Amino acid sequence: MIIEQSLSMIFPLLLAPLMLGLINRTKAFFAGRVGQPLLQVYFDLFKLLKKGAVYSRTTSWIFQGGPMIGLAAFIASLLMVPFGGVPALISFAGDFILLAYLLALARFFVVLAALDTGSSFEGMGASREVTFSTFAEPVFFIAMFALARLSNGASLSEFLASQPRLWAPNIPLFFLISIAVFVVLLAENARIPVDDPNTHLELTMIHEVMVLDHSGPDLAFILYGSALKLWIFGAILMGVLIPIKVEPTILGQVTALAGMAVLSIAIGLVESIMARLKLGRIPPLLIGAAGCALFALLLVLRGHP
Amino acid sequence: MTTWLDGLLILMVLTGFLLLGSSRLAESIRMVAMQGLALGFLPILLHSDEIGIRLILLSLGSMALKGLLFPRLLLRAAREARIKREIEPFVGFTMSLLTGIAIIWISFWLSSRLPLTESIRSTLIVPGALFMTLTGFFLIVSRKIAISQVLGYLVMENGVFVFGVAMAKDQPWLIELGVLLDVFVAVFVMGITIFHINREFDHIDSDRLANLKDSDS
Repeated sequence: MIIEQSLSMIFPLLLAPLMLGLINRTKAFFAGRVGQPLLQVYFDLFKLLKKGAVYSRTTSWIFQGGPMIGLAAFIASLLMVPFGGVPALISFAGDFILLAYLLALARFFVVLAALDTGSSFEGMGASREVTFSTFAEPVFFIAMFALARLSNGASLSEFLASQPRLWAPNIPLFFLISIAVFVVLLAENARIPVDDPNTHLELTMIHEVMVLDHSGPDLAFILYGSALKLWIFGAILMGVLIPIKVEPTILGQVTALAGMAVLSIAIGLVESIMARLKLGRIPPLLIGAAGCALFALLLVLRGHP
Repeated sequence: MTTWLDGLLILMVLTGFLLLGSSRLAESIRMVAMQGLALGFLPILLHSDEIGIRLILLSLGSMALKGLLFPRLLLRAAREARIKREIEPFVGFTMSLLTGIAIIWISFWLSSRLPLTESIRSTLIVPGALFMTLTGFFLIVSRKIAISQVLGYLVMENGVFVFGVAMAKDQPWLIELGVLLDVFVAVFVMGITIFHINREFDHIDSDRLANLKDSDS
């Protein structure tokens, strides 16, 4: 068991950047380009790690610490994410709250680091990031509460462990919850309907603008961290969406890995066929997702079916 | 069977949400069409043990009317009037969605207080019907463009239809009432279309239906 549990920790550490590569390839395919190599993100990471960092004289230790704290928070939260029917390495009652706040901590420090540069440009991105996360966080919590009530569990591993048993009679519920989680995934990871990861236009960017001043290993940490974050939400979505209950658990993990690949392609697909939403249209999107999650929660609270 | 039923009802509630949040008219019309099509399956699923010719006719009729005819009429009206989107509703889209959440809450609360007969198959039917009815009301009062208001009316009527179908075994007249309302909606929609075409003749710039009343210029 411990081997599988450690595997579900090793997979993201090794494979998370591959998801970004897969998304890029999908987008390139739809745009009729060949696109960058699948492993481009790894190359970028190595290149950045070899470089030195440049720090502005106006910045303080917060700017240097931000990326490290962010990456540490993401790795710590990975410990609590179950993968492919295998319980997470660490699970206790209420761990999803810690998970949400670890992610919030990471965001807090990235935002602080952005503000620390003193650039008004980065301040703008920081303000947007914080605004939209205010909308995204409740959605995540409501979805988690619905799962908690449904499975009578208190930790992420328990929610997702009882999912195969509850799956068949509750398909509409899990569907609703996965819509909410998917929208949160797109919003939290700065993917397209909310933010465009490729853009470098001041009018549009949110996440990218905050990390403009980071360089070298710091940027590598941030890039790697965002890949891990994508994996975290992806793994939760897989847990909600696919009922995996295969006895040799390694098979379940392989299924979940395949699921992650499909998810990356799906994200690439969304990014290819959708335009970025106007900033003013993002809150309605997230509130709509909140509506889905709340609807699911109400259904569960009524003891339905 | 109840899973399918619940799925349908949840789909209808989701389309309601999309309607509350979308500003594009064509998209909204398609949402209502989808709702109408989903509605057609409802009688068959609800009374699966007694499928008769009347039931199938009812389903097919409502599907044809609400899923095909109305949307086409409305899309045509929107095209003729050259209206693409609801620009400034009385209540903004974010607020509309929040209201939608409140409406869901209210309909669940109301349905838990209503004494109901045994014939209700799924626990979701009454809240779903209430949600659609109230959402329809809300759309009618909060939107400025006449076509959006007609959509609101259709959603409201769909809600009434769901409620009626759920009760059909006990009170067949409710269905008749639903059909009557349908006819009324048809007339309503036609009226708007014709009105609009009239409008086209004496005014080229009719981007806004909302200020029909007080623009004589």
